[in-house]
Amino acid sequence: MTAETVISAKNLSLTFQTNDGPVHALSDVSLDIEKGDFVSFIGPSGCGKTTFLRVMADLEQPTAGEITVNCTSAREARLNRAYGYVFQAAGLYPWRTIGGNIRLPLEIMGYSKAEQSERVARVLELVDLPGFEKKFPWQLSGGMQQRASIARALVFDADILLMDEPFGALDEIVRDHLNEQLLALWAKTNKTVGFVTHSIPEAVFLSTKIVVMSPRPGRVTDVIESPLPKERPLEIRDTPEFLDIAQRVREGLRAGHSYD
Amino acid sequence: MRNLLPILTVLVVLVGLWWAAVAPMNIRPALDTAERAGAQVIPEGSVPRRDISVWRLMRDNRDHVALGYDLKRPRLPTPTQVGQELWKTTGAMVMKGRTWSKRSLIYHSWITLRSTLWGFALGTTLGILGAVAIVYSRVADMSLMPWAIISQTIPIVALAPMIIVVSNQVGIEGRGVPKAIISAYLCYFPVLVSMVKGLRSPSASQLDLLKTYNASGRQSFWVLRLPASVPYLFAAIKIGIAAALVGTIVGELPTGAISGLGARILIGDQFGTPLAIWSALFAAAILAGALVTVTDGVQRLTLKRMGFRA
Repeated sequence: MTAETVISAKNLSLTFQTNDGPVHALSDVSLDIEKGDFVSFIGPSGCGKTTFLRVMADLEQPTAGEITVNCTSAREARLNRAYGYVFQAAGLYPWRTIGGNIRLPLEIMGYSKAEQSERVARVLELVDLPGFEKKFPWQLSGGMQQRASIARALVFDADILLMDEPFGALDEIVRDHLNEQLLALWAKTNKTVGFVTHSIPEAVFLSTKIVVMSPRPGRVTDVIESPLPKERPLEIRDTPEFLDIAQRVREGLRAGHSYD
Repeated sequence: MRNLLPILTVLVVLVGLWWAAVAPMNIRPALDTAERAGAQVIPEGSVPRRDISVWRLMRDNRDHVALGYDLKRPRLPTPTQVGQELWKTTGAMVMKGRTWSKRSLIYHSWITLRSTLWGFALGTTLGILGAVAIVYSRVADMSLMPWAIISQTIPIVALAPMIIVVSNQVGIEGRGVPKAIISAYLCYFPVLVSMVKGLRSPSASQLDLLKTYNASGRQSFWVLRLPASVPYLFAAIKIGIAAALVGTIVGELPTGAISGLGARILIGDQFGTPLAIWSALFAAAILAGALVTVTDGVQRLTLKRMGFRA
């Protein structure tokens, strides 16, 4: 753990008690995330990648181990509004306009009206949605809604962005486009990003660090530091370096599938 | 226009059935009247006729069937007679400047409407407050909800006189308050049930989102739970306002009230004036239709302004 470590997990375990007996969602997971990292969590469903993200966000409590976010407990980080969280479904409130939805965290955090308007305008520009402030969510496409929900997570300037399969429900073309935009946004804002996905190309394209996870119990099987440059056009996906990393991710995933 | 046509078709069919039913319903009093006027009726005397079916009476006395459509005290008045009676007790009264006369249905409708609106306001408020308590408190959920359900199994007709007696006993003058209570008793339940559902409608991720903002319970109520419940509230309000009207009318029936549509129905029954019953009945139906239409309009307007796709 260095001075620049933003999120640090040590021997983290989480067991859900269900009617069918205990489910080991996370088992002895350790990981450090440095400031400015773009970390992807990849693995089959049930590998605990979403649970891990939710533990960082203090939406789940670990049953063992330790987690610090910004050198404080996850709970304290949440109370300090240290991160913006993007859910799988955009989850915009249908009775609020796009502007109203993005303003929501600012209203709750008690920003002044003038500051709210200024910030909303700025993040709408950032996610390439200017002019949509007064539209209602149903008037936007799925990709645009997800961009609005990213804007909502960015608007209060948290240093950490946690994203739980944000593009999982979108089609390939929209997804490529949003991946590019997300990279540009990350370069511009220099945030630390935790990103859950089950798409290998998406994970390799976006990340500086890829965490490969496996299920039953959920654990980390491989952590890959990406040698790809920060500037990444879509064409980079055809380079041998890219394919090498993708291959390594695939092997990591296969190694985790010990149960079949 | 496209909505109007099916409604009008049903209306025409109903009026037609009603019209056709007048002949068998009124054949006995029609034959009595004809006999008194000296006409030949088969068989003679109202007592022997009692054992003969209306269909045979109509077949044997074809000439007198039409008389059933013009009786002063019909068993079943014709649509025209009801229409005339309605006009006589509403529009004609207004034109004579006697809108608020005790014989005017507008006066009686107003008495009923006033109690209905008070009862509706009371019932809706109680329903919403009850729902908030149930959603936010496990104790309230387990203790209030079963009683709310049991409350609806008690017939309101049995409860109404008791509410009148009790409110009289605690010194409440007049019938206005007890009638509003009876009406509220009927209308709080749909509001309560719908609002519980509405306040619980936000998804887990919507609630998690507010948790990541470190929002207080009060904030999540105002920004999420309450607005999310508005469509549910309106669905309940439409049932509630109709139930409130029924409650008020029921509250006017067995309680010795002398004004209000319910009282008109009871008095018409006691004095053997079916026309008065029928016109009061229609006034009540028109009132209910108007109330539901108004709430429907408010619902459309509100939901549209809130951005819900109707």
